[in-house]
Amino acid sequence: MSATSEEFQPTIVAFVCNWCTYTAADLAGTARMIQSPNVRLIRMMCTGMVDPKYVIKALLSGADAVLVSGCHPGDCHYINGNYKARRRMKLLKEILPRFGIDERRLKLTWVGASEGNEFAATINEMTRLVRELGPSEAATTMVI
Amino acid sequence: MATTAKIETGGQGPAEAMRETLRMILADEAVSAVLTARRTPGGGAVMPALIADPDRLDEADPLAPAFPLNSARLLGRLTRGESRGMIAAVLRPCEIRAFVELCKLNQGSMDNVLLLGLDCPGAFANAGYREFALDRAPSGVSRDFLAAFLPGGAAVAEAEGAPPLARACRACEHPTARAADCMIGLFGEDPEKVMTLVSQTPKGQALINRLGLPEAGRELIESRTAALETLIETRTAYRDAMFEETAKATNGLEKLGAFLSGCVNCYNCRVACPVCYCRECVFVTDVFDHEPWEYLNWAGRKGALKLPPDTLFYHLTRLAHMSAACVGCGQCSNACPNDVPVMELFRMTAAGVQKAFGYEAGSDPEAPPPLSVFQEREFSEVTGGVD
Repeated sequence: MSATSEEFQPTIVAFVCNWCTYTAADLAGTARMIQSPNVRLIRMMCTGMVDPKYVIKALLSGADAVLVSGCHPGDCHYINGNYKARRRMKLLKEILPRFGIDERRLKLTWVGASEGNEFAATINEMTRLVRELGPSEAATTMVI
Repeated sequence: MATTAKIETGGQGPAEAMRETLRMILADEAVSAVLTARRTPGGGAVMPALIADPDRLDEADPLAPAFPLNSARLLGRLTRGESRGMIAAVLRPCEIRAFVELCKLNQGSMDNVLLLGLDCPGAFANAGYREFALDRAPSGVSRDFLAAFLPGGAAVAEAEGAPPLARACRACEHPTARAADCMIGLFGEDPEKVMTLVSQTPKGQALINRLGLPEAGRELIESRTAALETLIETRTAYRDAMFEETAKATNGLEKLGAFLSGCVNCYNCRVACPVCYCRECVFVTDVFDHEPWEYLNWAGRKGALKLPPDTLFYHLTRLAHMSAACVGCGQCSNACPNDVPVMELFRMTAAGVQKAFGYEAGSDPEAPPPLSVFQEREFSEVTGGVD
């Protein structure tokens, strides 16, 4: 985890649900699990309210990747928000790669409230992968 | 079982035969008014009109090669809420498909409407129509158009001495509408001689029965099917070439920026889009009323900020919001003041999105819009194989 100063430090914007993944992130923090510091957490009430435009805005503004993370299927506090999030993510993964945004820069995961370790592992793995992919085109070129 | 009825054109030309048929339909007890394209009083343009008086049908011109707007939203307005009569709507297939999408979103209702689809040879973009109509008597435009672009019932995309059809029409693989109650058949036989009326639903069947038109022979039915097959093949090939060319021109964000560089954020494409139905689009709300310091910040961060800003953001968001419902009518490009090839971009993306969800916008009124439903187990590739 010891990133050297020359190493590329990606920015990952994470939309996480209040009830599961945010709580897991909190748990990972209070349990002092080691996590890469590249993630900017945005707490949503539910992944079902992550409009595709939030993800697009984050990517166009220079985020190197976007993570959307919510409750496991069947566990949604609002019954089915995470299923809707999955369709929207499918939609974005169909649209954005056509325009040069690597599909791996978009990630949807299910992390339950008690899975602090899973959250830390997800973050670390994603940071490693995005570091490998390098900076996104939106971060390095002029996007109109 | 569908009935195909015959409409003899008998020397008066397809446009007049069409008007004659509309008079019969308007005289039908179930029908209160006809929605159709008509030459505007005083001339100049062809626009949709809701015609209740049979005498007013003299100006109706449903076969005109003009396509100034997609009437689906208008028909939504005419059918949403309390209705006291049935409207017979003569529409292009893409208008019917957009209307079907709107009904699924509760923006219209199929209850009090009789959808009469035209076998669509295509239409001109606005500029092309003006050019074509310039030297012609307004009443003769449709007949000349069909003679040039549908010779003998076989649709062509280019004709000598005329502007080409709109690109969206040339790439349209849906020259008929599955959801129409009846199709007005023009393909397969010279519309100067004969046209057909084909029922596709019980409602359409009942209309044909009441009109008492003679049945068309098997030959006429078969020649229409064959002509359709050829036309769809030609158009699909054109479409695929267009997709390939568009994909090549937009396969990076910088390239997409160049592709959209003429965009002035006027949002005409969104206004013209029949399936973009939000009362208030987020792009005109105060979400985008930024403070001066924010612009300075953005300019400072990157060195320069393109103005008006958020052009790519706007188009990508619109793609995410409506590509599952895009019917490919091409009105976005028709409305663009700067000739940005919006239709090409949206059609290409919509094709991919609709394929990914196993959905075809506007074809089946019963199929739920893909972003409005879900299955418990699906698309596990999105979450890395975890359900």
